[in-house]
Amino acid sequence: MTLLETINLKKSFGENVVVNDVSFNVDDGEVVSLVGPNGAGKTSLVNLLSAYLTPDHGQILFKGRDITSLSVSERIKIGIARSFQIANLFDELSALDNISLSISARSGKTYTFLSLADRDTGVQNEAGNILSLFGLDDKSNIPAKELAQGERKLLDVAVAYALKPSFLFLDEPTSGVSTRDKAKIMDTISSAVRNEGVTAAIIEHDMDIVFKYSDRIVVIADGRIIADGPPENIRDDKDVISVIMGSQGNEV
Amino acid sequence: MDIFILQVLNALFYASILYLIASGFTLIFGVMGIANMAHGSFYAVGAFVTAWSLGFLQSRGVEPWLLVFFLPLGAIAVAILGMLIEPILLRPFYQRAHEYQLLLTFGVLLIIEDGIQMIFGSDPLLVDMVIAPFGSLQIFSFRYPNYNFVVIGTGLVTAFLLWALMYRSRFGVVLRATSQDMRMASAMGINVGKVYVLAFGIGSFLAGLGGAIIVPTQTAVVGMGLEALIIAFVVVAVGGIGSQLGALIGALLVALVRTAGVHFVPEIELAVLFLIAVGVLLWRPTGLLGNAP
Amino acid sequence: MIIKIGAIKNVAQSKLFVISLLIALVLGALPFILGTYQTLLLAYGLIFAIAGLGFNLLLGYTGLLSFGHAAFFGVGAYAVAFAARDLGIKNMELLLLTGILSTFFLSVIFGIFCSGLTRIFFAIMCLALSQVVWVLSNKLYSITGGSDGMSVKWPSILWFDEYSGSGAFHRFIFDYYYYVLVIFCIMVTLMWLLCHSPFGKVLQAIRDNETRAQFVGINIKKCRFISFVISGSLTGLAGTLWVPLTGHITPESLHWPFSGEILFLTLLGGFQNFSGPIIGGIAFTYLKAYAVASTPYWQFVLGVALLLIVIAMPRGIVGLFSSLIARFTSRSERG
Ligand SMILES: Nc1ncnc2c1ncn2[C@@H]1O[C@H](COP(=O)(O)OP(=O)(O)OP(=O)(O)O)[C@@H](O)[C@H]1O
Ligand SMILES: [Mg+2]
Repeated sequence: MTLLETINLKKSFGENVVVNDVSFNVDDGEVVSLVGPNGAGKTSLVNLLSAYLTPDHGQILFKGRDITSLSVSERIKIGIARSFQIANLFDELSALDNISLSISARSGKTYTFLSLADRDTGVQNEAGNILSLFGLDDKSNIPAKELAQGERKLLDVAVAYALKPSFLFLDEPTSGVSTRDKAKIMDTISSAVRNEGVTAAIIEHDMDIVFKYSDRIVVIADGRIIADGPPENIRDDKDVISVIMGSQGNEV
Repeated sequence: MDIFILQVLNALFYASILYLIASGFTLIFGVMGIANMAHGSFYAVGAFVTAWSLGFLQSRGVEPWLLVFFLPLGAIAVAILGMLIEPILLRPFYQRAHEYQLLLTFGVLLIIEDGIQMIFGSDPLLVDMVIAPFGSLQIFSFRYPNYNFVVIGTGLVTAFLLWALMYRSRFGVVLRATSQDMRMASAMGINVGKVYVLAFGIGSFLAGLGGAIIVPTQTAVVGMGLEALIIAFVVVAVGGIGSQLGALIGALLVALVRTAGVHFVPEIELAVLFLIAVGVLLWRPTGLLGNAP
Repeated sequence: MIIKIGAIKNVAQSKLFVISLLIALVLGALPFILGTYQTLLLAYGLIFAIAGLGFNLLLGYTGLLSFGHAAFFGVGAYAVAFAARDLGIKNMELLLLTGILSTFFLSVIFGIFCSGLTRIFFAIMCLALSQVVWVLSNKLYSITGGSDGMSVKWPSILWFDEYSGSGAFHRFIFDYYYYVLVIFCIMVTLMWLLCHSPFGKVLQAIRDNETRAQFVGINIKKCRFISFVISGSLTGLAGTLWVPLTGHITPESLHWPFSGEILFLTLLGGFQNFSGPIIGGIAFTYLKAYAVASTPYWQFVLGVALLLIVIAMPRGIVGLFSSLIARFTSRSERG
């Protein structure tokens, strides 16, 4: 069943068309990778889908309903969450509080004024569980700003995950992480997502990871989708690989 | 008709003073992000130094027409003051939250407000003797002192010079680069410390100049800086904080509103002014000409 | 693991509770030791602590610097003066109610204008709005007495009324101090709860990272608005408590330099701590009282003190002490 669908989505900054006529869909429970060279428009696409940007043109459907005009918070309410390419955290708050914030926002506890947040065992336990799921349980009392780069990226993902979305966008969850840790992080994310039946779209540059963890790969270049299919097909498509690899050459 | 022309001239006169104060404030904010709470007090210092020095010189028998040349003394004194305050007091705190600069300049304000009384006493000072040598102009049924045209002219010339400095000089390029991205500018080999002290000096000079040229027409009184600061806030809020053209347009608008306000609703003219600032901030938080930061 | 953290927190919290109780007891005992004037000063200190606590909910917890909090303080005070003069209310509880309601409405109005703005724009908006109130208080002579202000008689407190005759001043100060102290303790407790509640965490989250707060589904404008209203009302409560003690209110309490003083006292104590503005309020009161008493140039003294404080202890008194304590304990642990 199609969970998310975009129809002729378009966004430009001045002359620069960064998302150009993108139509694609994601099925319920799928894990899709979005790949493409730097500046291809992957983040911009996710920005459109999470309402960080508004499209110039086109439609976004979620469970068959047009959500193009919904705001960020409305999209979160219907179950669309995202993480960020550059870790975007509540820097002064502890790792645990970063997660509890998502949980209490999700469960409508934002406007609780006169009870201690750290006495809410329900929220605290759930936050603790999510932290240990992401292997951050020993960091729970450390302010986010003092975490290492890789830990910050993980926490960023965990904050989005704690919203219990039905659709999760992850923007380069393993960037800034050493190659050895990448697999570990992806294992964590992938099993968390699959166990909960969350549908996910992951932006990723490392093709080994992409091939290993995704059900489907969508290749974007210059704001357009140039290929869309299961990992096997993409792997065998020389032209597409050279477009993607060209970018990796640049990156290195 | 006569009244109308007189009012327009008065508005322009007032706009010129406001522009001098506000352009300095907005320059300092634009370049180093400091909302200088002591800026109004700088204006007051300019007025007091000029008034006191001219009074002193006159008592030593200097002719009034010669005194005119000493008007800028106040502005120079304030520029020196600013160029001392920036490196000594403010510079160590650029890495910290903005609240600290606000607090430091608030401390300077408190010191200057009382310092003025300690040094100059609390009697108002006036140096209207420099007005007479300029003569006056017959406009329909009234005579208008030429000195007021000098003040209006000073505003215009300053606006032009500032524009030339910002957009037609090498220093302007450096200044704009620094205000856009201090770290980048420093990486490009710009001596940011020097730029800051000069920018702060120019900004202070402008405030001092406003005080120096108004004091022949209005007495220098204790507390004049407090009101000046708040009106400068309104000017830059309306015009767009950080924008030089905004300061000019804001000054004209505020001067017109106040002149009209004093004429039509004298009781609550200031309230009207603040409400206009509120309206502009609601409609465009960055002011008429400010760009989103 | 989780339980352990909970236990540690419980220990820390009960320690805090015991310390606060001790401090409250000391504050309660002080009037018996101090003279009337010192008791009066301390009452002022507690009142300014309440004002700072309100102000710091915005500055420290929500990350918004208001340059218009004098309006709340002043309107809280003027409301009492009006209620006493025009409605003939003598009872402090009713006066308090009037003050709180007035500043609540004022904060709602200001909040509607301000809560969409941040940074310098927020500060200027608060400033402009508060200046409108100041201008009105100055110009509407027939109602406000203009720059002469209005005087306020000593109200009756609970069932004690009629402060007159010999020793009335002493009795009033003594009773009123306890009145203020009780309200102070209640407000500190409520604000401590608020700052450590889920809502308090939400405010800190918005302060830290507005974008991410939005992306966990927080309604930022609404939260800022609520914070603003609580902050304004609390500072207004301080003004309400303040005016019976001074007996006089002038537009000076609405003027922007007074907003600067509220900022001053908050940073004096330290805005990164819950207790900062409390200590700051008390310290500022003493600092100002002694400066005013010793020289006509007290602003000069305050200004110099302000510069020294910012330079020598940028994190405020509380920040300084907590880093001293941290250094001390780490040294004693090592050796
Ligand atoms: N806010 C913006 N204003 C102007 N241009 C933008 C903006 N955001 C993105 N762009 C431009 O849009 C293009 C696509 O950027 P985007 O960040 O979506 O690429 P990406 O595929 O995520 O690249 P990367 O792999 O480097 O993260 C780039 O050319 C970028 O410069
Ligand atoms: Mg990207």
